[in-house]
Amino acid sequence: MVATMATSFSAVMAATPPDTLVQAWQMDDIISLDPAEVFELSASEILGNTYERLITYDIKDVSKISGQVAESWTVSPDGKTFTFKLKPNKKFASGSPITAEDVVYSLHRAVSLDKSPAFILGQFGLTKDNVKDKIKQTGPLELTVEVDKAYAPTLVLYCLGNSVASIVEKKVLVQNEKDGDWGYNWLKTKYAGSGPYIMRDWKANEVLVLERNPNYEKPTPLARVIFRHIKETASQRLLLEKGDIDVARKLNPEEIAAVSKNPDIQIQSAPKGTVYYLGLNQKNPNLAKPEVRLALKYLVDYQAIADTIMKYKGDVHQNFLPKGYLGAETNNPYKLDVAKAKELLAKAGLKDGFSVTMDTRSTPEIMGVAQAIQSTFAQAGIKLEILPMDSKQALTKYRARQHDIYIGNWGSDYQDPNSNADTFAANDDNSDNAKAKPLAWRNAWDPGPLTAKTRAAVMERDAEKRAQMYKELQKAVLDDGPFVLFLQETEVAAVRKNVSNFILGPSFSDNDVSQAKKN
Amino acid sequence: MIRGGGHGSALRSVLKNVAQFIIVLATTLLGLAAVTFFIGRVVPIDPVIAIVGDRAPPQVYERVRMELGLDRPLIEQFAIYLKKAVTGDFGNSVLTTNPVLTDIASAFPATLELATLGTLIGVIIGVPLGVLAAVKRGSFIDQFVRVLGLAGYSIPIFWLGLMGLLIFYAKLGWVAGPGRIDVTYSYLYTPVTNIVLLDTAMQGQWDAFWDAFSHIILPACLLGYFSLAYISRMTRSFMLNELAQEYVIAARVKGLSEMRVIWRHALRNAAVPLITVIALSYANLLEGSVLTETVFAWPGLGQYITNSLQNADMNAVLGGTLVIGAVFVLLNLVSDLLYRLLDPRTR
Repeated sequence: MVATMATSFSAVMAATPPDTLVQAWQMDDIISLDPAEVFELSASEILGNTYERLITYDIKDVSKISGQVAESWTVSPDGKTFTFKLKPNKKFASGSPITAEDVVYSLHRAVSLDKSPAFILGQFGLTKDNVKDKIKQTGPLELTVEVDKAYAPTLVLYCLGNSVASIVEKKVLVQNEKDGDWGYNWLKTKYAGSGPYIMRDWKANEVLVLERNPNYEKPTPLARVIFRHIKETASQRLLLEKGDIDVARKLNPEEIAAVSKNPDIQIQSAPKGTVYYLGLNQKNPNLAKPEVRLALKYLVDYQAIADTIMKYKGDVHQNFLPKGYLGAETNNPYKLDVAKAKELLAKAGLKDGFSVTMDTRSTPEIMGVAQAIQSTFAQAGIKLEILPMDSKQALTKYRARQHDIYIGNWGSDYQDPNSNADTFAANDDNSDNAKAKPLAWRNAWDPGPLTAKTRAAVMERDAEKRAQMYKELQKAVLDDGPFVLFLQETEVAAVRKNVSNFILGPSFSDNDVSQAKKN
Repeated sequence: MIRGGGHGSALRSVLKNVAQFIIVLATTLLGLAAVTFFIGRVVPIDPVIAIVGDRAPPQVYERVRMELGLDRPLIEQFAIYLKKAVTGDFGNSVLTTNPVLTDIASAFPATLELATLGTLIGVIIGVPLGVLAAVKRGSFIDQFVRVLGLAGYSIPIFWLGLMGLLIFYAKLGWVAGPGRIDVTYSYLYTPVTNIVLLDTAMQGQWDAFWDAFSHIILPACLLGYFSLAYISRMTRSFMLNELAQEYVIAARVKGLSEMRVIWRHALRNAAVPLITVIALSYANLLEGSVLTETVFAWPGLGQYITNSLQNADMNAVLGGTLVIGAVFVLLNLVSDLLYRLLDPRTR
């Protein structure tokens, strides 16, 4: 009986269809597919492949900015008004042309809905109440965007290239609008864009299907791309080796090492704009001592972490700007140096060390790193107690400044250095009931003059000078800040050999399958 | 257990039973809702972050907090929840954006399908094994059942699931891998009941049916094995108890065949407590086996509730808990009814 069952089963099993790319990944973070609301990594990757924006950048060199829907743009002499001319002949997936009316509507919509990512546009002084005066259509294919100060133009452009500024089709959303919701309740799970793929179907925690957009200027080689939600990494590996999926997106280092020996599988990787760090709460009197902050920077075995627990997943990186960003520093001055750390602790009056806790999200990799740090701290007499907890719980505690040490990671919101400087090097109000909660605030750190310098850097229109300002900010945080930065994330995917042009970019919205194909 | 009126009219007894059942159901659900609700509000997770994320500006955070009604007193929040729940509105899940009922209507059938098949396997194999072990006490078969049961209790289901996949899927290729159905087939049928085997069979999509079957068989066998381990041990001990009773000796003295004594007389009596055991084991599987569902990428209730809980998605957790509560009460009712069918003394 088993034998007959077996044959009947193998008959129905086949490799993935030749015109379909099947990826296994973890997508339980997707809560919406509306560009005005999306802030999650998985969803931003879907938007990257299904929508277009005014501006884009070269994923090999993010400093090269170019137009996507915009053909050209000019900045007024006072630096406050940006005029965009759109490419003619661009179309939505529905076949209708993309006009300045659609672009203006999309930006009005994102600002007015005021969802989580809206501040990326809102930081330029755009609000629900003034956006209709600030962003205006000036011709069938022309519009102007007026910002409140003369910001560095690249900052404004990067933000207009962010997924929150994706262009949606006005006609479709107006049809689906209910009670003045800008079509939000509809678009959360539907699609109204112009990108290489159409988002066809999303079943939460199960599957998401993209289909070729026939009206896209350069039609995709593949007819569809399917994302399957497979939480368990070992299951992803089995499916990949068996050929039931083409790409496994979430393997652990041992599994990557194992599948890399498989002749049918290739490993692809790309550095991402996410940095890993320890946040030292300055409300803890020991951690508030400058010598202790510095000592802890000498008590992490950076290289060992990058070579073992985080192998394939990151490189040593100690500055707050990820590699590739304007002004990013790549020097890593700290190494594990127990003698030096002990000397610094003695200077701080803590010759025999001290006890401290660390809130640790209970994922295998974060726990692994935490244990490595625990053992090196112990060498200088610091007793580190790891408090494992769920990530949302750790975050709640962190945002209430109730931790001693928090082990976290921070991904940039957009490709401009301000995204990270704003959180690591600036803190406008260090009081307990402050409204904004940047990482500096969460660790109760008042960066003093660095806040003003961070604010000044966004106004510097000379790129050279601006880069220099960020270098100085990084140096100051590296020397004295309450952050032990230790790693920059690398994203790894295991891809079957017959797949080509599968691209991992510097941010998740740059992970691009538009030209992927199967041989 | 429900005691019959004896002399009263049959109708009155039925009505009384129905009323009793509704009261039990309502109290259980109300109690569950209250406990889950208040636990959900005191867990140290901020539900607003689950919705707006970590980076949202303060005004967005505040607005969503107000929208969720989190600024009101707990009792008021609970009253609002109950009022809506009575009208069938359990709110929307934060994570999937769907109404909680829609989510459950898709997650529960997935679990139901798996648990039912698993329990069937467990009963069909477990009961005869337990009877055999009791009859041939101390023999090889008894030892075998003991070891089988022990292994079932002690091997982590997670590990066994992965090993099963490695052997039967990756190496031998007898069954399909994680997931409910291959994507190639998943658009061939329209989900009606969301029980894939049923939907595909009713729509005559036999290729899709066999594909779904090859997906479900391994996790079902795995769950079947675990309920088998429990059911066979319990059957054995109930049977040993019955076989030592005087009526069994009497039946043997009357000259009834051994087969008749065991299967007709002893098992019939052992069946009464066994029903409870099977119902409990079924109910346990219906809660959704989180680990099995994770390994097999099975979009069932267990994964849904766990994932929701980790993200402080309390509407989803509450809805899921209430469904499980209702299932327990229902199964309890069914086993009560079966009792009465099998055991005249309870009538």
